[in-house]
Amino acid sequence: MAQVTLRKVVKNYDQTPAVRGIDLEIADKEFVVLVGPSGCGKTTTLRMIAGLEEITGGDILIGADVVNDVPPKDRDIAMVFQNYALYPHMTVHENMSFGLRLKKVPKEEISKRVQAAAQILDISELLQRKPKQLSGGQRQRVAMGRAIVRDPKVFLFDEPLSNLDAKLRVQMRTEIKKVHQKVRTTTVYVTHDQVEAMTLADRVVVMNNGRIEQVGAPNDLYHTPMTKFVAGFIGSPAMNMIPCRLEKAAGGLRVTLSDGVSFPVPEDRTARYEQHLNNGQLLFGLRPEHLMDAHAHANPHQHPFDVTLEVTEPMGMETLVYFPINGIDICARVSPNAGAQAGSRLRLLADLDNMHLIDDTSGRVL
Amino acid sequence: MANTAVSVGGPTRQIRYGSVSRDRKRALIWSYVFLVIFAIFFLMPPVYMLITSLKTSAEISAITNPWWVYNPTLENYVSLLTSPEYLTFFWNSAMVSIIVVTITMVISVLAAFALARMRFWGSATLATGVFLTYLIPETLLFIPLFKIFAFVNELTGIELINNWWVLLFLYPTLTVPFCTWIMIGYFASIPKELDEAALIDGAGWMQTLTKIFIPVALPGIIAATIFAFTVSWAQFLYPLAFTTSTDQLVLPVGIITTLIKGDVFNWGQIMTGALLGAAPPLIIYAFLMDYYIAGLTAGATKG
Repeated sequence: MAQVTLRKVVKNYDQTPAVRGIDLEIADKEFVVLVGPSGCGKTTTLRMIAGLEEITGGDILIGADVVNDVPPKDRDIAMVFQNYALYPHMTVHENMSFGLRLKKVPKEEISKRVQAAAQILDISELLQRKPKQLSGGQRQRVAMGRAIVRDPKVFLFDEPLSNLDAKLRVQMRTEIKKVHQKVRTTTVYVTHDQVEAMTLADRVVVMNNGRIEQVGAPNDLYHTPMTKFVAGFIGSPAMNMIPCRLEKAAGGLRVTLSDGVSFPVPEDRTARYEQHLNNGQLLFGLRPEHLMDAHAHANPHQHPFDVTLEVTEPMGMETLVYFPINGIDICARVSPNAGAQAGSRLRLLADLDNMHLIDDTSGRVL
Repeated sequence: MANTAVSVGGPTRQIRYGSVSRDRKRALIWSYVFLVIFAIFFLMPPVYMLITSLKTSAEISAITNPWWVYNPTLENYVSLLTSPEYLTFFWNSAMVSIIVVTITMVISVLAAFALARMRFWGSATLATGVFLTYLIPETLLFIPLFKIFAFVNELTGIELINNWWVLLFLYPTLTVPFCTWIMIGYFASIPKELDEAALIDGAGWMQTLTKIFIPVALPGIIAATIFAFTVSWAQFLYPLAFTTSTDQLVLPVGIITTLIKGDVFNWGQIMTGALLGAAPPLIIYAFLMDYYIAGLTAGATKG
């Protein structure tokens, strides 16, 4: 078990920067997820930790040792690949024990460890099969088993669930979490799926364009995003962002979205927002779940306004409704009993306790 | 599904659909027609060789139906198989081919692995270079090679020419480039993650090659082995140019030089010798084909 430290890690491919100076501390036994859109540098970062990519600058430490020039086999890590990367000519048992056999671990010990890992992953009856006789989910379990038997310092997962179908993905997500709770190995997990990131991670690292946008616990990222990118990336459907003006009004500040829609800013935020009164590049951010159908027990910070719905998407437990403000499509989650119909008028409540004000120029959440 | 889609719109015009089974039947018939034509075309020479090998010299020169044996005899087989010369040719050929195949496979598998997987400066150019050397025909190569051997003789006193083992240096110039090229292609088709997984599991380059790449690329290795063996076994120009003494000759050259005396062609024995000479490659093909199973990488990654 060990912590992983990245200090000003840079990776350039020829002249193209892929990772632009990353600082990250991953604690022992922690489950950290790197998440971001394609090309944000998350997989490159993982491969640098694995030693599969040379680093252009900075330091990577596993435990207390700088491993910049240590080959992958001496880093005591295990990696699970997106496409499983099982050895096709070996049985499941041979696949899982390959690393141990190379290390000349005694046979009985190997057998014991493989059995134990197989039990954790529920693949004991598959040990004599070849990879081609397995389904996608089983192959992914074997790939995880291969990592577990080695009992490494660090687990690295490179989008391990991307090749599975939606149902299996949810199932395997839970499996991975269970496995981590059992073995408690420091884990770095790469995904582009923010739901996976939120559900698995102790801490999520949101990356964009080769940089870290924000590091934090899933709920912190969700409720207090620090940048426009994180606010838009975390959460599904994404946060609504509407150009707005901040104005002084009797008793405080108001955000005005269009001539028709204007909300008072909660008092506890007035001091923080006041200095941005003259900023012409502000965005008003509110998640769909903070735009709800009007009900009788609204608190003082929930403000009603009327909209004409364009599209409704019934999801069963809730209905997503879409309507335009200032020409921008806005999404709200309403109760399935709210009677939302495309083309009809609906009264919604904006929960301003959860509003965000974003400076569009700097991309910072204010 | 398709039917539903069509009926929803309603038929506006009649479309004639071909029947899948009728199309398939027609394709099959044509396949068989051409396969039979090719089979006859390619089997005629060996059949003719077999027929001729069973005839006496008198029957071969007699004006009878050439496609029928009236007085079959094993005389040609007996005289060849009891001739020490022919057995020497056979032995020389076998030694040369086996050693050349071994040398070729060791060099080309190692070279292909390095060129396909170990990214180093100039590896792509080198890979193309390897293939370009294959494009130079042996007819262009044998005179400079002869010169080089003569030069080596002058310099060191070692006589290279007229020794069967000198062919061990010559044949790889033909087999190594092509086999390397085949193996580069095969290794390149193995997913990158497989060697990365092996690297992380603790394998060095050599272990990755022997424990992962060679087993996975076995069909490719067998294809390359068959190629190298065929080229070595059938090579004619190099042994003709570089070996002269009867005890140093390999089979193809031996048959021609000993069984054609002046303008007298001993057709019966020539055909027998050629037929027996063709047997080892046939046996090797038959044996290796069982192992030549395509799709060995199935299951390694997402299909």
